[in-house]
Amino acid sequence: MNTELLGIAATFLITLVIAIPLGKYLAKVFAGEKVWTDFLSPFENGIYKLSGINPREQMNWKQHMKAMLTINSVWLIYGFFVLLYQDKLPLNPDGNPGMSADLSFNTIISFVVNCNLQHYSGETGVSYLTQHFVLMFLHFTSAATGIASAIVVFKAFRDKTVTSLGNFWEFFVRSITRLLLPLSIIIALILAFSGTPASYKGKDQYVSLQGDTVNVSRGPAAQMIAIKHLGTNGGGWFGANSAHPLENPSYLTNMVEMIAQVIIPVAMVIAFGYFIRRKKLGWIIFGVMTAGLFLLLIPTISSELSGNPSIAKMGISQSTGAMEGKEVRFGPAASAYWSTVTTIISTGSVNSMHDSTMPLTGLWQMLAMMINSFYGGCGVGVLNYLIYLIIAVFISGLMVGRTPEFLGHKVEAREVKIAALITLLSPLLIMAGTALACFVYTDYGHADWAVKPASWLNNPGFHGFSEMLYEMTSSNANNGSGFEGLGDNNIFWNVSTGFVLILGRFLPIIGPVAIAGLLGQKKYIPESAGTLRTDTITFGIMTLAVILVLNALSYFPALALGPLAEYFSMLK
Amino acid sequence: MKQQSNRLFEPALVSAALKQSFIKLDPRLMVRNPVMFTVEIGTAVMLYISVYSFGNSGQGSFGYNLTIFLILLLTVLFANFAEAIAEARGKAQADSLRKTREDTPAKVIKADGSVETRSSATLRKGEVFFCEAGDIIPTDGEIIEGIATIDESAITGESAPVIRESGGDKSSVTGGTKVLSDRIKVEVSSQPGESFLDKMIALVEGASRQKTPNEIALTILLASFTLIFIIVCVTLKPFGDYANTPITVAALISLFVCLIPTTIGGLLSAIGIAGMDRALRANVITKSGKAVETAGDIDTLLLDKTGTITIGNRKATHFYSLPGVTEEHFVKSSLLASLSDETPEGKSIVELARQTLRPGAFNLPESSSMTFVKFTAETRSSGVDLSDGTRIRKGAADAIRNIALNSGNEFSEDIAKEVTRISSNGGTPLVVSENGKPLGVIELQDIIKPGIQERFERLRRMGVKTVMVTGDNPLTAKYIAEKAGVDDFIAEAKPEDKMNYIKHEQAQGKLVAMMGDGTNDAPALAQADVGVAMNSGTQAAKEAGNMVDLDNDPTKLIEIVEIGKQLLITRGTLTTFSIANDVAKYFAIVPALFIASIPALQGLNIMALHSPESAILSAVIFNAIIIPILIPLALKGVAYKPLGASALLRRNLLLYGIGGVIVPFIGIKMIDYLVALFI
Repeated sequence: MNTELLGIAATFLITLVIAIPLGKYLAKVFAGEKVWTDFLSPFENGIYKLSGINPREQMNWKQHMKAMLTINSVWLIYGFFVLLYQDKLPLNPDGNPGMSADLSFNTIISFVVNCNLQHYSGETGVSYLTQHFVLMFLHFTSAATGIASAIVVFKAFRDKTVTSLGNFWEFFVRSITRLLLPLSIIIALILAFSGTPASYKGKDQYVSLQGDTVNVSRGPAAQMIAIKHLGTNGGGWFGANSAHPLENPSYLTNMVEMIAQVIIPVAMVIAFGYFIRRKKLGWIIFGVMTAGLFLLLIPTISSELSGNPSIAKMGISQSTGAMEGKEVRFGPAASAYWSTVTTIISTGSVNSMHDSTMPLTGLWQMLAMMINSFYGGCGVGVLNYLIYLIIAVFISGLMVGRTPEFLGHKVEAREVKIAALITLLSPLLIMAGTALACFVYTDYGHADWAVKPASWLNNPGFHGFSEMLYEMTSSNANNGSGFEGLGDNNIFWNVSTGFVLILGRFLPIIGPVAIAGLLGQKKYIPESAGTLRTDTITFGIMTLAVILVLNALSYFPALALGPLAEYFSMLK
Repeated sequence: MKQQSNRLFEPALVSAALKQSFIKLDPRLMVRNPVMFTVEIGTAVMLYISVYSFGNSGQGSFGYNLTIFLILLLTVLFANFAEAIAEARGKAQADSLRKTREDTPAKVIKADGSVETRSSATLRKGEVFFCEAGDIIPTDGEIIEGIATIDESAITGESAPVIRESGGDKSSVTGGTKVLSDRIKVEVSSQPGESFLDKMIALVEGASRQKTPNEIALTILLASFTLIFIIVCVTLKPFGDYANTPITVAALISLFVCLIPTTIGGLLSAIGIAGMDRALRANVITKSGKAVETAGDIDTLLLDKTGTITIGNRKATHFYSLPGVTEEHFVKSSLLASLSDETPEGKSIVELARQTLRPGAFNLPESSSMTFVKFTAETRSSGVDLSDGTRIRKGAADAIRNIALNSGNEFSEDIAKEVTRISSNGGTPLVVSENGKPLGVIELQDIIKPGIQERFERLRRMGVKTVMVTGDNPLTAKYIAEKAGVDDFIAEAKPEDKMNYIKHEQAQGKLVAMMGDGTNDAPALAQADVGVAMNSGTQAAKEAGNMVDLDNDPTKLIEIVEIGKQLLITRGTLTTFSIANDVAKYFAIVPALFIASIPALQGLNIMALHSPESAILSAVIFNAIIIPILIPLALKGVAYKPLGASALLRRNLLLYGIGGVIVPFIGIKMIDYLVALFI
């Protein structure tokens, strides 16, 4: 048991040891300061030339968002058609079929928005071409989209009053050349040498000891698995994701994958502090996020290690903790750690079955995705956090008797309005989506659809409710993990989550960028003793309280009907 | 006359406010407050449900529904009452000021020079009237001719009469004040119904009350919280259907009303009105609610030295006699030289001399034996010639030096040293000579108002920078600035210096407040973010500023800043309290909603409330009564402590955040005990 906890502690510490210097490096890269990777500039200049980009052209926040939306729509259309017709395209050794229109719609949106909900299974649903040139490609671009958008926000707060916030294309390209690509290569190599396949050959075959013939899917997986974690994407090569023995062969690869998914989100927070020359603010935000991580991680580990109360009631000893749905090579502690980090940041890859975790673990997983800003996804974690921060600034500004300010800019009705709308968006998408699903399931269970709604759920009751709630929450958070047990590859879920995904991605990017853009334009007010400093522990606690209270208030009834009802029923 | 009622709930005001509470139920008025408007809609729905449940089953008993309806109605009425009582108090305060000037006869001088006596209510802007000793001034105006002593106690409560005269910076008169002596001609400065006071009353009454920027932003935030809770409650219906748990309309609406921030929503406008009312109670008329709010944000405060930082004029503080001159002789000579000096400095020398000399040690010569020499710009000295031929002169160092050198006496190093020492300490040295021979130096010092250092320290902790404006030379100004504890000073100030300083500060993004009275202050008053004009000041100054101080008290700015801060703090803390309350309400209502069909959720009923009905009732009752309980706090404002922003946040977060979580747990549990008796 102790070595299991030690393993987690080591993983977390190694993450910080890598992420903190990485953050400082990123601040320098995007500030245009000299760094050792500058030898890549000729390569980048080649890309700019090839694409007709002038990286020195300055953009304001609106132009940034226009560029971001334009390029994302291009990928959306391109990917949609490749998925639809992949059976007719090369690199399909297993002869997998093309996707249905609704599945293609869902899949492409989900990969463009860095979610990777995966209503298909990698072994049978996609070709190698799709895996590499659509899905893996989007792993890079969606992560870079998030990072580049966050850099726009950084820029807005770096100087006193600014309107020109750098060039989106430059941020985007550099995110890939200076960060994602080099790190992916290193991690892919570690995975490949640890046993993850990297070849373009089709299925392998062997005869098991029982005499059965087994077809083993493989393919160039190591490359994709590396960026799937680094870019907090989560969409794996195989259907079982990182629980699959080829996708995550050993405890070592498990550690590597856990570290890989957390380093960029942490580095972005540190980079924020260094970039805007307020290191302390960066550290305070990092502190709040880390506190949030532990608030979710500790109860998760404890509920997984103590096992299932129903089994305990039968008098069966569970010295290994709750093992249902977990891989023996990882054990409950590492699985619990994974399930926490994959939900607080928006990776959504899994190394165990979340459907099988204890009810309270399910609660923490969902809460983590509802909050979605304890580190959060690549770039977007900081953006989500900014929304909570603006609300905290506003309320606490009033509490100290001054018109609220953030980093020397007055926070007024317009910024509050944007923050309020974005705050409103998550409960709207999650709750309305789940409500719609409940309504269809309850009132039209036997509608004449290809998949009858009544057959969606393997586990009716509270757990079934959690499965639907989880799916909507995961979509809104652009997380991509699933509670599974939910029949989600049908038109209702493909289309409804498709819309939740796209709204839950772009509005929470545009909102914070708009707030930062508007604030950055405003007159800079020097600090005085009456100014509420945002880089203090007090303010950090205030922000944490705002995050916890807002989310608890928005989701308490839904969580009461799902995981809490299940938990209390289990205790009885 | 100056009515300073400190009772929060005057019976007369309460009954007026009660009536208003019902009038304000009009949805057209309610819609201005989105939070309470949704409660009103919920109330209407509950009325319908009550009637429906009279003959039908499935929505709970008629009595239960009716009770919920009544409690929700009370919630709305309580919120309306909070606004109405704040309005009534503000109006009463303004009325008591206005009453003094209604229907006073005015002696109007017509264009042809004839005089007509008619009611003050008919006076138009630009008309001219005159007042003599004993007359009540009929309306606000500006003296165009004459000088008079005026009793302003009706407005300021200060009984000492003041002098007002044409031409200077003290040319304004206020309606309702009384002329004690002399005769003045006054030009009416505002149309009937448009005086500052009338404008203020309109602001308080709500017709022209505009939401301030922070109030708008807060309303948006509260509206979005309300929307979140609409989503929460609406989606509960399909959730409940999925879980085979029918949820009654009463329960849903109760949950909704409890969750939305009714406490702050109900008190928000009352807090704003009370802010203006508090300003009015401090005898400051504000021209907009925004000005009060801005006052809380002030970064820089420009204060005139005289009257604000120092008491009026300089005072004699020490006698320094030269070697070879007895102190007694020097003090006597100083006293004689100052006897005819009517300036405050001169008087203070006489006063100090009398204190210094032993009683009976000195008898004044007959006044007939003395010839007083007045101060002239040429000699720059004054004094006395005694009958025995002694000539005593008092004046600035260089003036006496001339006298000494001209009469063949020496002006010793000792004097020069003493003079420099006093100057560098911020004092003013006066040298006294006898028959051309210097006797010693009198030190005059500015007397810094007692307690002013503490006030500046308080301002500094608030983050407000204080700037002293003075006509003194930089050396003196620096000394006084250091002694009084101001952060900066403008020495040898000309009117445009103030203006430039304000512009300079504003260019750095700071908000500046200043106080002024003269016409030449008007541009700076207009430029400042908060410009407080003294009521005694000129019309131009009053027009330019956004507040008028009826007391003419220069330290009032400090109070205004605190009122502004208090206003924001009250809003912020009550918002926090309101949201924090929701935690307990969830634990009351959510188990109550589901317990019937999901008994396991009893585990969430951590307050062990009696039954689902009692739990819901207790929560809505708590939600309703917390509004009237907090009305006094909303009206008086949360106490402001200048602790520095982070400490203040910590304090208010503990008090209203943590307190806001705990209080409703206790409150709801207690109400549940009572409710359980009836169910």
